[in-house]
Amino acid sequence: MRKHLLLTAGIIAALLLARNIWVMLTQLPDEAFQGAIFRIIFFHVPAAFTCFLCFLASLIAGLAYLKTRSLNIDAFSVSVIEVGLAFGAVNLITGMIWARIIWGIWWTWDWRLTSMLICWLLYAGYLVLRRAIEEPTERAKMSAVMSILNFSVVPFVFFSIKWFRTQHPQPVLFGDGKMDSGYRAMLYGNWVPLLLVAAILISIRYVQEKQQREIDALRREAHMI
Amino acid sequence: MLFLRQTFTVMAKDLRSELRTKEAVNASLSFALVILILFSFAFDPTSETTREIAGGLLWLVFAFAGVLVLNRSFARELPNDCLEALISSPVPGAALFLGKALANYVLLLAIEVVCLPVFGVFYNVTWYSQPAQLALVLVLATWGVTVVGTVFSALTVNLRLREVMLPMLVYPVLIPCLMAAMQLTTTLVAGDPVAGDQLAWLRLIIGFDIIFTSLAVLLIDTVLIG
Repeated sequence: MRKHLLLTAGIIAALLLARNIWVMLTQLPDEAFQGAIFRIIFFHVPAAFTCFLCFLASLIAGLAYLKTRSLNIDAFSVSVIEVGLAFGAVNLITGMIWARIIWGIWWTWDWRLTSMLICWLLYAGYLVLRRAIEEPTERAKMSAVMSILNFSVVPFVFFSIKWFRTQHPQPVLFGDGKMDSGYRAMLYGNWVPLLLVAAILISIRYVQEKQQREIDALRREAHMI
Repeated sequence: MLFLRQTFTVMAKDLRSELRTKEAVNASLSFALVILILFSFAFDPTSETTREIAGGLLWLVFAFAGVLVLNRSFARELPNDCLEALISSPVPGAALFLGKALANYVLLLAIEVVCLPVFGVFYNVTWYSQPAQLALVLVLATWGVTVVGTVFSALTVNLRLREVMLPMLVYPVLIPCLMAAMQLTTTLVAGDPVAGDQLAWLRLIIGFDIIFTSLAVLLIDTVLIG
């Protein structure tokens, strides 16, 4: 049942993505200043949204773990962070490709770029911390604390952007930047399949994580015998 | 009142055992001096250039040296299961944490106070033209570093590779605080007072201190006990 559900969601996501890419390439006109490359924004921005949604979910999962002490929540937390990091990487890499073409450089120490990278490193640290702890409840507890601390730094990291001069384009949806309604519709429209992909990946990782825990428990039992 | 006395007792105990052995402070201080000297090879150490990057240079030294002190803070309690004894003592987790954080704070500030004149002499920089404001920045930003560092010190104390894990986890979290401190220190070492837009950085450090001190006090029981 679960397999069928995931498969259906996967097919829907693939169809939506195919349709979106087709519309992007054939229907939407090139942007006046940036030319064809601007289309990367339809992946760049939704990937960032997905990434932060995942990090937010990890904060909630962290709090929920400390409340309930359910190891399933811990499994969910690690799944969302891994998927969030993957989408964060998509955001960074698409941004770098865009920057290479528009700015002529792969990277600049602009604060929007830097803060995204710092957030990525923060959560990569979470995964490294997990590797270092063997005992499941101890690991879950420390990870929950770490995810709460991590998410508390994110606003500090991002608010400091505003005080530095930035050459990154202004946020097009909530900030001062303007965006044509057709482009805007596509931006949100392409977020739907990306969210579906994220949900599928999280669901697969969640089950893997639970199975891994069972295997570890059985192995410990075998060692005792 | 009892809480304050317990905090003070833990702090006094930590400082006393540190001052008697001087294991963390000596290592940390000599490490700080080595980095200060190494920096002279990284760039042309004229007073002009140095003044432009003074904040970054000093805070990197403080952050590197600080982690050595912070690492020892909980690791010191591991032999003979002293940490278990501390946890089972009638001292609440928050008092234990704050006591340890305050002890680390005193040690870090002491290291900073020694480093500053050394920096001034080696790099030919008049760093003391804004003493009150510089002291304020040091006091506030060092508390941010200490409080986050002490939580992570407790978090990583039982890990394999503790010495590697602490800096790896703590520096990304400290970035906003260190960045603000670097900006302010550069301005102050150049001889200008902090005013106007720069005050935003000061507010950032204060906000960072308040939020992470409260989070640390709330979470420390979970970290130490479970």
